[in-house]
Amino acid sequence: MKSDITKVTTHINANEALIFERSQPGRVGYRLPALDVDEQPISDIVPQKFLRDDDLEGVPEVSEVDVIRHFVRMSTWNYSIDQGMYPLGSCTMKYNSRLNEKVARIPGFAGLHPLSEAEDAQGALQVIYELQEDLAEITGLPGISLQPAAGAHGEMTGVMIIRAFIDARDGEGGSARRRTMLIPDSAHGTNPASAHLSGFSVKTIRSTVEGLTDLDHLRELCAGGDVAGLMLTNPNTLGLFERNIQEICRIVHDAGGLVYMDGANMNALVGIARPGDMGVDVIHLNLHKTFSTPHGGGGPGCGPCCCTKELEPFLPVPRIVKTGDQFKLDFKYPQSIGRVKAFLGNYGMMLRALAYIQTHGNDGLREATEAAVLNARYIAHGLTSDYEKPFQAPPMHEVVFTDKRQTRKGVHTLDIAKRLIDYGFHPMTIYFPLIVQGAMLIEPTESVGRQELDQFIDAMRAIAREAQEDPELVINAPHDTRIGRLDEAAAARKPVLRWKPKQVATTA
Amino acid sequence: MLHQVGLNSAEELFDSIPRDLRLTRNLNTTPALSEIELLAGFEQLATRNPGARRVSFLGAGAYQHYIPTIVDHIISRSEFFTAYTPYQPEISQGTLQAIFEFQTLVCQLTGMEVANASMYDGSTALAEAVLMAERVTKRSKVIACGAIHPEYLEVITTYVQHAGIELLHAPIDSETGQTSGALDLLDDKTAALVVQSPNFFGCIEDVAALAEKAHAVGALLIVTVTEAMSLGLLRSPGACGADIVVAEGQSFGVPLSFGGPYVGLFATREKYARQIPGRLVGEAYDKEGRRGFVLTLATREQHIRREKATSNICTNEGLIALATTVYLETMGRRGLQEAAAQCAQKAAYTAKRISELEGFSIPFTGPRFNEFVVRAPVDAKQLLARLASESNITGGLPLSRYYPDRPNEFLVCATEINSRAQIDALIDGLASSGKT
Repeated sequence: MKSDITKVTTHINANEALIFERSQPGRVGYRLPALDVDEQPISDIVPQKFLRDDDLEGVPEVSEVDVIRHFVRMSTWNYSIDQGMYPLGSCTMKYNSRLNEKVARIPGFAGLHPLSEAEDAQGALQVIYELQEDLAEITGLPGISLQPAAGAHGEMTGVMIIRAFIDARDGEGGSARRRTMLIPDSAHGTNPASAHLSGFSVKTIRSTVEGLTDLDHLRELCAGGDVAGLMLTNPNTLGLFERNIQEICRIVHDAGGLVYMDGANMNALVGIARPGDMGVDVIHLNLHKTFSTPHGGGGPGCGPCCCTKELEPFLPVPRIVKTGDQFKLDFKYPQSIGRVKAFLGNYGMMLRALAYIQTHGNDGLREATEAAVLNARYIAHGLTSDYEKPFQAPPMHEVVFTDKRQTRKGVHTLDIAKRLIDYGFHPMTIYFPLIVQGAMLIEPTESVGRQELDQFIDAMRAIAREAQEDPELVINAPHDTRIGRLDEAAAARKPVLRWKPKQVATTA
Repeated sequence: MLHQVGLNSAEELFDSIPRDLRLTRNLNTTPALSEIELLAGFEQLATRNPGARRVSFLGAGAYQHYIPTIVDHIISRSEFFTAYTPYQPEISQGTLQAIFEFQTLVCQLTGMEVANASMYDGSTALAEAVLMAERVTKRSKVIACGAIHPEYLEVITTYVQHAGIELLHAPIDSETGQTSGALDLLDDKTAALVVQSPNFFGCIEDVAALAEKAHAVGALLIVTVTEAMSLGLLRSPGACGADIVVAEGQSFGVPLSFGGPYVGLFATREKYARQIPGRLVGEAYDKEGRRGFVLTLATREQHIRREKATSNICTNEGLIALATTVYLETMGRRGLQEAAAQCAQKAAYTAKRISELEGFSIPFTGPRFNEFVVRAPVDAKQLLARLASESNITGGLPLSRYYPDRPNEFLVCATEINSRAQIDALIDGLASSGKT
C-alpha cells in the first residue's frame, strides 16, 4: 500500500528519475550578467536559415537545487574506491590522492589555453618535460610522448611507430612489406584492435600450461617471416612475469621485428625492473592505472608512449623539448607518425601523475610496487584452498582464479562476482583473460591494508561455502542492491539509447 | 604478511624476474615531497604561465566559458571520480544514468538519433567518424573541407594512413571563408564529405547544402563542431542532414587546462548504431521490472570483437562527460540559448569595433558565431606579442601558426566571459600596438 504515501523527497534508497522527467517549463538554474554590448537582432548577425528553429525542445529546465539533488542521489548508487577495495584485475584501482586533484585545479594550469605562446606557458611545459624525464627513467626508455589520451591510444601510437620504423628501414613498397603483429591469446582486446587500426594483421601466440608465452610457438611464427612485431603485456594478464622476456625479445628482434609492451601492468614493476632493460622497444603507460590519476567512471586517462632512442624520430609531434632553460614545442621530426590528438594530450592527468611521483619519491614508488605484489600474493595464498588457481607460479600484482570447483553446483563466476557485492566489495574482473574459463582476475593494489584483505578473503571463502551449501543464494545474488540483475540481452536486442518524450517514444 | 606467504624479504616477491633485470639502485626521480613542498613547487610553476592570467580572446578549438560552480563540486564527489567503468550495473547506476542523460543531451543538441558515451576529444572523434564512414559506405575516398581545424586534419591524416583511405581537401572561397561551392571532388567513390561549422575561420558553413551534395553521390556528411556552444544558437547539424556529428565538448563546463582532458561527442543516425565506436549505455530492466541502465551493444567493442571491433577505444572521457552533463542540465534550455546568443552578440560587437580601426579589416564575409579572422596592418604574431606585454591581453591566435602565408591575420574569439570593458580594452590595445 506504499503507493498511498506521498513523500516529500525521494529517499536515497530509491531510484532517481531521469532529469528530463523532472523538467518544468520556465525553471532555470543559472544567471549570466546582462548583455553589456549593443544588442542587434540575432538574425542580423546570423541569417535566419542558419538559426535553430526547435527552441532546444527537450533540453531540461531545472533549478540548481534540482541538479545538485539529482546527481547526489545518483552518486549514492555508485561503488567507488573511496568506499572500499575495488579489486578489478588489470585496472589498478588505487587510491586517488586529493592533493593531486588540488594541483590539477591550480588556476595557473587549469586556466591556461593550449595554444598559448610557449613563453606564456613555461611552467606548464616544464611539468610535461619533468614528467617525461621521470617516465623515461621509470621505463628505461628515453623517447617519450605524452600526447595519447588513454592506453589504447598509446598502443595505437606505439604500433604506428613500429609500422613507420619498419617502413623507413625496409622501404614502404613491395609485396614484402611486413604485416604480421604477434599477440598472445591472453592479451587485452585493445591490442589486436590497435594493431588492426595500424594496418597489421594479427597472429595469435599460444600460452603454455604455466601461463607464459609459448616460446616454441613464437619461434615457429617468427620463422614464417613477415613479422613486424610482438605486442606483449608483462607481467601478463594472468599476473605472471614473462621470465623469458629477454629470450622473447631476442627471437622477435632476430626475425626483424620489434617488441611492443602493453604497460597496463606496470604497477608490478615500477622501481623494480625496467622494460627498456628487458629489450622492449616501445611501451605505453596508463597514468590512470599505475600513476593513480582517477578513473572517473571510465576516463579520462593518459597513455604516454615511451620508446628507444632508435624509435624516437617516429614519435608524434609536437615534442616538448628543453633548449637551455627554455621549454618549447618542436615540430621538426619529418619521420614522425604525425599528431594523434589535438593540442598536447590530457594535461590535467599529467599534473596529477607528476604529483603522484613526487609525493611518493623514488623509494615510495618502489614500496608501492612491493605492497601491490605482496597484497596479491596474500590473496593468492588466502584463496587457494577454496578456489581453483589455474597457474601455479607465484603471481605478481594480480592473481587469477576460476569457478571450476563451484560450477559443479551450478555456481559460476558471474554469480560469485554478484554475491561479492552483497558482502560490500566491488567484484574482481571476470571472464578475462579469455583463455581461462570462468576467470576471476583479482588485483588488490597497494591501497588496501591487511585487515581489508582479510575481509575480502573471508568474503570469498564464505561465498565458496555458500556455493556448496546453498547455491541458489549465490546464483540469485545480489540481494541487497537497489536494483537486481538487469536483462542485458533484452537491452541489446532492442536498444534504447536515449530518453525521448512519451508521445515521440510510441511512434519511434 | 611476508612470512604468511612463505617469504623472508620483499626482494623475494620478485623472484620470477631474472636477477640481471632487477634494478639494484633507486630510481633517479625526486625524493618524497610533503604536501607543503609539493604545492609550493606547483604554485611556483603556475606563476610561470602568465597566459592563464590574462584577459583573453583566444579560441581556435578551446574556449573560455562560464562554468557554474556546481560542476566541479559534483564531479569531485568520490562516488563519481573514483569509480571505474560501470561494468557492474547493480552498483554503478549513478555513472550509467549520467551517461544515458549525456547521450540524450548530445542527441538533442546535435539533432541526431544516437550518441555514444564519449570519445577522447573532438579531433579523435572526427578521425573515428571518418573510419566509420568507410565501414558504412565501403568506399575509401574522403573529402575534407578546407577550413577544418588544422590539428584535427593532422589527426585524421594519422588515423587514416593505414586504413586505405584517400584524404582529399576541398578549397575555401577566399571571399566568404566558407567551403567553395564547386566541390568537384565528390563522386560515387566518396565515402564522406567532412565539414566543420562554424569552421576554423569562424564562418558558419551551409551544412544543408553540403549534405545535399554529399547525399547526391551516396556519400555521408560528417559535421564537426569545435565550438559546441554554437549548438545553442545554430541550426543543428542533424536538422541540416548530417549523417555523423562529432564535437569537442570542452565549451560545456570543462576548464581549458592546457588542452585536456576534454571530451569528444559522437552522434549519428539510428541505422548506424551498430557501427558506432566506443561505449553505449542503454535502458534495461530487472526481474521486478525496475528500470536501470547497462553498457550495451558491446559486440562492437574491442574486448569482444578484438581486431574486428569498430574501434580500439576502451577508456574514454567518463568524468568529463559527466561535467558536460552537469553543465548542460544546470544551464538548461534557456541558459544555453542565452550564453550562445551572448557569444554571438559580443563577437559581433568586437568585430564591428575592430573593423573600424584604421588599417584593420575582417577579410571573410561569411556569417559567424563567436570567432572571426582579423587582418592587421602589421605582422600579427608581433602585434599580439606587443598587445600582451603592453596591455596584458591575449588578443587571439596568429594564423601563421598554421598558415605561414597568412602572416598578418589572427583569429579572435569573444564569449559571454568577455565584458564590454575587456573588449574596449582590446580595441584600444590593438589601436596602439597596431600602429605601423
